[in-house]
Amino acid sequence: MTKIYNRDAFLENIARHLGRKRQTKKVERPNWHVSPQHSVLRGLSQDELVDILEKQCQEIHTAFKRTNIENLPKTLHDVLSTYKTKSMVVANDSRLKRFGLIPLFNSLKDEINIHLWEEANGKKNQLIAEQADVGISFSEITLAESGTVTLFINKNHGRSISLMPKSYIALIPKSTLVPRLTQATERIHNQVKNGEQVPSCISFVTGPSNSADIEMNLIVGVHGPMHATYIVIEDA
Amino acid sequence: MTLKISDLSYEERVQEGIENDFMRQAVASAQGRFRSGRETRAEEIGNWEDWRALGEEIRRHTLNNLDYYLEQLSDEVSKRGGHVFFAEKAEDANAYIQDIVKKKKAKKVVKSKSMVTEEIGLNQALEEVGADVVESDLGEWILQLDDDPPSHIVTPALHKNKEQIRETFAKKRGYTKSEKPEELALFAREQLREEFLSCDIGITGCNFAVAESGAITFVTNEGNARMVTTIPDTQITVMGMERIVPTWEELDILVSLLTRAAVGQKITSYVTAITGTRLAGETDGPEEFHLVIVDNGRSKILGTEFQSTLHCIRCAACINVCPVYRHIGGHAYNSIYPGPIGAVLSPLLDGYESHQELPYASTLCGACTEVCPVKIPLHELLILHRKKMVEEEKMSPKLEQLAMKGYAKWASNAAAYKMGAALARPALKPWIRQETIKKGPGPLKEWTVNRDFPAPAKETFRAWFKKRNKEAPHHDEDL
Ligand code: SF4
Repeated sequence: MTKIYNRDAFLENIARHLGRKRQTKKVERPNWHVSPQHSVLRGLSQDELVDILEKQCQEIHTAFKRTNIENLPKTLHDVLSTYKTKSMVVANDSRLKRFGLIPLFNSLKDEINIHLWEEANGKKNQLIAEQADVGISFSEITLAESGTVTLFINKNHGRSISLMPKSYIALIPKSTLVPRLTQATERIHNQVKNGEQVPSCISFVTGPSNSADIEMNLIVGVHGPMHATYIVIEDA
Repeated sequence: MTLKISDLSYEERVQEGIENDFMRQAVASAQGRFRSGRETRAEEIGNWEDWRALGEEIRRHTLNNLDYYLEQLSDEVSKRGGHVFFAEKAEDANAYIQDIVKKKKAKKVVKSKSMVTEEIGLNQALEEVGADVVESDLGEWILQLDDDPPSHIVTPALHKNKEQIRETFAKKRGYTKSEKPEELALFAREQLREEFLSCDIGITGCNFAVAESGAITFVTNEGNARMVTTIPDTQITVMGMERIVPTWEELDILVSLLTRAAVGQKITSYVTAITGTRLAGETDGPEEFHLVIVDNGRSKILGTEFQSTLHCIRCAACINVCPVYRHIGGHAYNSIYPGPIGAVLSPLLDGYESHQELPYASTLCGACTEVCPVKIPLHELLILHRKKMVEEEKMSPKLEQLAMKGYAKWASNAAAYKMGAALARPALKPWIRQETIKKGPGPLKEWTVNRDFPAPAKETFRAWFKKRNKEAPHHDEDL
């Protein structure tokens, strides 16, 4: 059983300082007077959004690839070679099959230690991710403006996959592109409104990790991955 | 009292800041970089003023209905398996967290950067019950190794150079490589990985909580907050009670304002939203989650003329443009909240007694107010503080003279001063017409009501100050 401690006294004190009784009725959000967020990159086609994403990738130290389902295995294989991949951890996602990646994984079995994220492995998943050269997962919503992939974490897609390996590869179906954060938060807001359970962790990831903590020099790769590649896949 | 970082007086600390050459240069160049980044982003996004207006409107509505949104948040967190503790005072929060540490028999606690835990003095409380506390933010970790307080809220180790950092690593952790930032960072990564994997409890702050779903969000670049919320089985999140938004839609606006204003990024590397405990079948994330919501003097600010201070989203933009911060550095403010926002907030949380000089640590140039992404009228609040100190608290008006003495000291540092004056000019640009400011923001406005105010830099601020001093020796603004 979860507990909430000291709530009434705390909230009543707030209400008193605000000079009124505690709010007991539902507070409706006002209609905000301006909404500049909706006009950013409005009315662009998916292809135009991909172009913007590609450009943004240069700013976020992220390699960008564009491919189709047919060529995806080769594209991914190339990226894995650049990263000299010996071991990798992959979100266990039905799209791996749909996008034809299972044959590639089978053919790479002898070269690369391929680990699919599995519930049954428990904490071992984390240790494997910590040792892995590469982590791979799918983006659910991709934000063109900022170059961000949105990851919905679940039992087949651990938080560690995009965090602990040295490099991270995001698989981005072209249909997931939207202009910016606004469209992603709107979608999540609607899920909440419809009573759906939001994931325990939603991660907006934009390129590799970085820090400017030493003399304001940008250092790419601190706690999270040091390299990142986005692969946009034609899926229409 | 934990807001204070040293017993040295403000005067002494000001001097220390000015004498530390590296620090001053570092601050100046950081300010330059943050500023130009912010300006580019603000231009790209278009309608920056609309964004700010929206940010302000959201913050005002949220604070005016804070009890409602906190109730909703705590219900949602509870539904998702989290415990919620409302802490009126710092000690209440610390005692609750100490209790968890004892129950868990935790040996090691790893933290990600958080101002509020600093404010309540949590580290010391944790050490009292025998826990090892590891700060995992790169800058904070460097400071922790050296037992040094932070000097900037976004890049806390701004006052240290890479040679000093190499030395610290060598002395404290047996580091043998060079002072190259990449090598230093790689070493920190390896060292901290071990800490993450062996820790019992993770403690985080919170940028924004989302009331409608109980999500806690972190806006970061390094990834340590993700580590802290991925590996340990117990997670404790401490949030100032005002760090909340109604729904995910407002989260969008405030995150966008924060990253642009703070570091000039469209978004940071990681914006992470954690809701309650891990779900069935998941490996990563906590199985036990506690949210500690802290008042610690904030409620006193509600319903007063200072309420907008609680709108602050801790972006540090006001710090980065402040000519006084540029001269004296973060430590001189003697508070964990430096710069203009610190000068307004610290006396509110801690009382005038402990921070009576702070409202004077400003030239009232208004640059802070102009950049604030949620439009807090910072310099007007500083004037209000001064007024209250004189009128209500009966504090000696001699302070004004003291502040002037301090001001002369900063101003006597020629190189730094010129830089500050040069910066003041672009900040004032929109109001400059034919080299005379006809209508200015804030105190300039008050000045310009009476007489035209000469634009800085053509006549430098300093020269103007001297001349003005002769004309009106005992006033530094019209009150
Ligand atoms: S007062 Fe405004 S500018 Fe300063 S840190 Fe807070 S939000 Fe940023």
